[in-house]
Amino acid sequence: MRYLTDRKQATGLGSAKSGTDHFWHMQISSVALLFLVPAFIFTFGSAVGRGYEQVLAYYSHPFPAVVAALTLIVGLVHFKNGAQVAIEDYAHGITRKALIIGVTCFSYGSIAIGLFALVKLAL
Amino acid sequence: MAEAKRAQRPLSPHLQIYRPQLTSITSILVRITGNALFVTVILIVWWLLAAASGEQYFRTANGVLTSWFGDLVLTFSALGMWYHLLAGLRHLYFDSGRGLDIPTAEKLGIGCLVGSVVLTILTVIVL
Repeated sequence: MRYLTDRKQATGLGSAKSGTDHFWHMQISSVALLFLVPAFIFTFGSAVGRGYEQVLAYYSHPFPAVVAALTLIVGLVHFKNGAQVAIEDYAHGITRKALIIGVTCFSYGSIAIGLFALVKLAL
Repeated sequence: MAEAKRAQRPLSPHLQIYRPQLTSITSILVRITGNALFVTVILIVWWLLAAASGEQYFRTANGVLTSWFGDLVLTFSALGMWYHLLAGLRHLYFDSGRGLDIPTAEKLGIGCLVGSVVLTILTVIVL
């Protein structure tokens, strides 16, 4: 027996059936990125321009490596969700689906390659 | 449903009708900077992968990133990133239901534009 009324089950879900989830996750990731992005700009920025040995040594330290990993993960998921909204605004039909699939592949692909590289650099 | 008659109804006015306004431009710039950052992501991930793959490959990627063209792209990336960050902060403020009147929104918009340039100059100086 269900105790929820039909109206209660539908409240807040809207036509996309996912409610405000998308919006809320953009807010969470944006707050995280407020801290991660400046930290990443200054750690990555100081690594670029150094020699090979120095870059290896720099990225075997926990702070720059963890900041880079988190920025890639949170940033690219934020990018995927943001780009999806833009695509949904301008593209329709099969183009829209293809573009969203493409952006999703790009985002998770970049995360995976970046993490692989960071782990290899750190070890 | 599929056979519904398509009447020639007037369309609602879109971008080409409106005079550009500070509020609309700063909003569109959020989207442009956010999406354009995929170029930066490609460069960064490529550089990291190259560094993880060995000295020879690293030299190639590092050479591209530290060339004048790489510097140019990275500087514009920093500008885009700072702008997107400041405008995102403004967005969080808007989302809380504050700052939505036109004078405040325009002040915040100028703040994002000027702030991102200032922060980019600071970044270039520090790095």
